[in-house]
Amino acid sequence: MNLGRQMFAAFWLILGLGLILPDLHNTASAQQRQIPLDQLQSGLAFSSQEVKGLQLDDDFSSLSAHGIDKGAQLWNKAAGNSNKSCASCHGEVTDSMKGVSASYPAIDKATGKLFNLEDRIRQCRQKNQKAPPWALESDESLAITLHVNTASKGMPIKVNIEGAAQKHFRAGEKLYFTRQGQLNLSCTQCHDQQYGRRLFNDKLSQGQPNGYPIYRLDWQYLASLERRLRFCYASIRAELPAWGHVDMRNLELYLKWRAEGLPIEVPAVRK
Amino acid sequence: MSNARIQLPPRILEGDVFKVRLLVNHPMDSGFLRDINHALIKRNVIRQLTCTLNSQEVFRAEPTTGVAANPLFEFHLRAVKSGELYFRWVDDNANIGELRHPLTVLPANSSTAPKS
Repeated sequence: MNLGRQMFAAFWLILGLGLILPDLHNTASAQQRQIPLDQLQSGLAFSSQEVKGLQLDDDFSSLSAHGIDKGAQLWNKAAGNSNKSCASCHGEVTDSMKGVSASYPAIDKATGKLFNLEDRIRQCRQKNQKAPPWALESDESLAITLHVNTASKGMPIKVNIEGAAQKHFRAGEKLYFTRQGQLNLSCTQCHDQQYGRRLFNDKLSQGQPNGYPIYRLDWQYLASLERRLRFCYASIRAELPAWGHVDMRNLELYLKWRAEGLPIEVPAVRK
Repeated sequence: MSNARIQLPPRILEGDVFKVRLLVNHPMDSGFLRDINHALIKRNVIRQLTCTLNSQEVFRAEPTTGVAANPLFEFHLRAVKSGELYFRWVDDNANIGELRHPLTVLPANSSTAPKS
């Protein structure tokens, strides 16, 4: 009788483990990094000497200089029905925004949605400043994001993928490994398996998100990570999601987790 | 975007030759490029940029279509006395840009200790 009970218990224990273990296994594989942390390289490492020079030589004549200046102006400019500026509540950007851009995307407590830095600024502008939010990729949105970024210069990227962010992280990871488009490619095939090799005349980078918004020479303009991701989508002839689509935020979260520890570069230049 | 930014050395002593750097925000459309609808983008470059120091002209440039967007102007001046640098530029659309910046010249025998 006693033996029967023990066997009964052992049966349930084994069944239970069987149910739990695959999940544990999934978690482990999700945390497995394609590129070990000590081998992470910023996109700058794959750039030519000329592009490196444009980014590193001189902050004054940087290609992003006007964006940074404009961001600083916007930070101090009162707007909306509240007649407050960013500085009215947040003070100096170097104090209040230190490390902020290194920790985005993050879950917004009020709405439960995954916000990147641009979304957060848009929401703050609408809710607290009571002003119409800037459109994504507008001059204003890029400039203010760049200005907030300057406060995190050189700080290591560290995003939270626990709690409510976990399902976004999973979705972003899945998207990263999903083949799509007419070329039927996934992100990982270029940016994990082939980085350092040439695609046409350029070196493939690891696809790290540590410099955005960047100044992109190809566009002769500042560009957000979302715009760059959309360019990747178009390059593999994939269907473009709408601007601000949650897929893009999920992917951004995965990319930021993947780049954990890389320093934020401001102002960054890419080809 | 903001109009222009200027950079001078932090300390300028009388008799020094110092570098003035001016970065102007301008598209410098050459007139040869087409937009996404294949329409020519009208030429719009800075035609003339002048710098006056205490109402005396000290620098003049006449850029053309060969100059890239957001041009950087660099030139040297000899420090004689304090005053105001005044930059003014005109483009093909007759838009005028301006920038005023104070110039502080310290006596030649000023101590080399940094200000405050």
